[in-house]
Amino acid sequence: MACIDARGLRKAYGKTLALAGIDLQVEDGRILGLIGPNGAGKSTALQAILGLIPYEGELKVLGLDPWGERDKLMAQVCFVADVAVLPRWLKVRDAVDYVAGVHPRFDRAKAEAFLAKTTIKPASTVRQLSKGMVAQLHLALVMAIDAQLLVLDEPTLGLDIVYRKSFYDSLLNDYFDQSRTIVVSTHQVEEIQHILTDVAFIDRGRIVLNTSMEAFEARYAELMVGPDRLDAALALKPIQARQVFGRHILLFDGVERARLAELGEVRAPSLADLFVAVMGPAQGASA
Amino acid sequence: MSDAALASASPASGAHVRPFYWSVRRELWENRAIYLAPLVVAGIVMVGFLFSLRDLPQAIRVLGTPLAPDAPMAEHRAHGLQAMAVMASQAGILAILVAALIVAIFYCLACLHNERRDRSVLFWKSLPVSDTTAVLSKAFIPLAVLPPVVVTIMVVTQLITAGLATAVVAASGLDTGILWRQLTPTPVVIVGLAYGVVMLMLWYAPIVGWLMLVSAWAKRMTFVWAVAPPLAICLFEFLAFRSHYAWTLVHSRLVDGLAAFTAGGKGKEAVSKLSDIDPMPFLTDPGFWGGLVFAAAALAACVWLRRRREPI
Repeated sequence: MACIDARGLRKAYGKTLALAGIDLQVEDGRILGLIGPNGAGKSTALQAILGLIPYEGELKVLGLDPWGERDKLMAQVCFVADVAVLPRWLKVRDAVDYVAGVHPRFDRAKAEAFLAKTTIKPASTVRQLSKGMVAQLHLALVMAIDAQLLVLDEPTLGLDIVYRKSFYDSLLNDYFDQSRTIVVSTHQVEEIQHILTDVAFIDRGRIVLNTSMEAFEARYAELMVGPDRLDAALALKPIQARQVFGRHILLFDGVERARLAELGEVRAPSLADLFVAVMGPAQGASA
Repeated sequence: MSDAALASASPASGAHVRPFYWSVRRELWENRAIYLAPLVVAGIVMVGFLFSLRDLPQAIRVLGTPLAPDAPMAEHRAHGLQAMAVMASQAGILAILVAALIVAIFYCLACLHNERRDRSVLFWKSLPVSDTTAVLSKAFIPLAVLPPVVVTIMVVTQLITAGLATAVVAASGLDTGILWRQLTPTPVVIVGLAYGVVMLMLWYAPIVGWLMLVSAWAKRMTFVWAVAPPLAICLFEFLAFRSHYAWTLVHSRLVDGLAAFTAGGKGKEAVSKLSDIDPMPFLTDPGFWGGLVFAAAALAACVWLRRRREPI
C-alpha cells in the first residue's frame, strides 16, 4: 500500500485553482521533495494530505481519509510547517508535557535528550527563543514521535545555514529509517537534493515532473562544453543552455551520456538547475 | 521490526494519553488571567476591607445601642447606614464575580481566534486531538473551570473578611453577636454563592457559545462582531416594527441570570437562609433550556468552523 495515494486531487479557492487535479503516489520509506515556486500549490497539497483543508478527488494517506479522520491520522503523521507556528506563549517544558499528554506514540525521553543537546532551557517560552531554537524545539517534539509519515512544509524558512544543515542532518541521522516516509517542500532545493529519494516539481497546481532520484540522474545530464564544440552540442537539443565564465553549460533530457562525453565534461545536474530549466521562463536553446 | 514499532505496540504507550485533560491545561497555560484576574480583584477587595476595619467598632457601637421607638429620623438613618457599612464587605466580593465575567468574555472571544491569528492552529492540528475535543476543552474553561475557581476565591475572601471583622469587634470588647446578626451565616453564603455562580454560568452558556462562534468565524474585530449584530437586530426591529422583542430577549439573557443570587430566584432579596435557594424558577423557564440548546448548537458550529477555517 502506498503511503500517500492521491488521484485527481483538486482544490480551488474561489476562482483560483490551487491544485488542478494532481496524481501523486508515495511509497513507504521514500523521501519526496516537493519543489515549486511560490503559489505553486505545494502547501495546499500538503495541507490536503494532512486533512487540514477539504478537497476534491481521491486521497488516501496511510489508508485513511485525511479530511474525515484527521485526528486518527495525526497519531501516525507528524507535521512541521514553517517554524512560526509554535505559539509564542508556550513554555518548552509545557510543550513537551502537552505532546506527551495527547500523543500515544511520543517518547518523552527522546525529546528531552534531544533538547539537552541544545541551549534551550525548559523554563523558556517560545517567545524567548531564537528562530533557530524554535526550529530545534519543534524538531525535538517531532522526532520523538514514532510516526510513519513526516510532512515538512518549508521547515527551514528563515533559518540560517547552520541551523538548516543541522536540521536535515538530525532528520536523516537520528530519525529516518526505511519504515518511515518523509515529504518535504522547500525553496532551498540544493540543500536537500542529497537526502531525497524522489522529487516532484509542482507548478500552477500541476505536477510537471515526478521521478525517483535514480531515474532523474539517469535521464538528465549536464554538459560543460567549450565554444568549439558548442554547435555540435546544441544539435543534440539541450533543454537549457547557460554560460558560466565563458564556458557553456547545457542541460540534456534523455541524451546518451556516451555521446555527450565526446563533447565535453558530463555530470549530474543539480535539481536547482533542472528546476529553473523546467519551470523558468523559456531561455537559451530550449525549444 | 524496529524497536520503535515494538514500543508502539506495548500497551503502556497509549494508556496515559488524555487529550481533553491536556487541552484544558493548555488553555490555562495560555490564559492565566482566568484565575489571576479574580485573585487580583480579591486582593483589592481585601485591602479595601482592611481599611474599613478602622470604622467597624464604631458601627457596631451604633448598632448595639437600641433605638427608642420615638427616636428622630436622623438616628434611624444613621443606624441603617452603619448596618450597610458592615454588609458592604460582603457586597465587595461580588466584584470578584464581575472580574471573572469580564475575563470570560475576552477568553471566549479569543480562544478560537488567536490560534488562527498566530498560525499555531497548524501546530495544534498536527497532533491527534480532534476539533471536537479542542472546542469542548475551550468551552469547558468558562463553563466548568471558572465557576469553581470563582466560588472558591469568593468564599475564601468572605471567610477571611468575616473572621477579621469578628476578631476586630471582639478585640474592641464589643458583642460579636451584633456583627453576626448583620452578616449572612457562612454555610448559606457558601452554598448560595456556589449555586448562584453555577446557575449564572448555565444561564450565560448561550452567550459563551455565541462569543466562541464569533471567535471561530471572524477574521478580525471579534468584539465588534459579537456586539454589533444583536444590537443591529434590536435597532432594526424597533425601527421597522416599533416592537422590542429582540431587546427583551438580549436584556433578559444578560440580567435575569443574576436572580440566581437572590431569594427564591425572584430577584428581590438576597439569600439569607438555605431555603431561599430554589432552582425551580430556572428549571421551569423555557428560556433556560432554550439557551442551553442554543449553546450546544453554537459549539457544534464552532467544531465545524474550526475544521474549515484557515490561519488568518
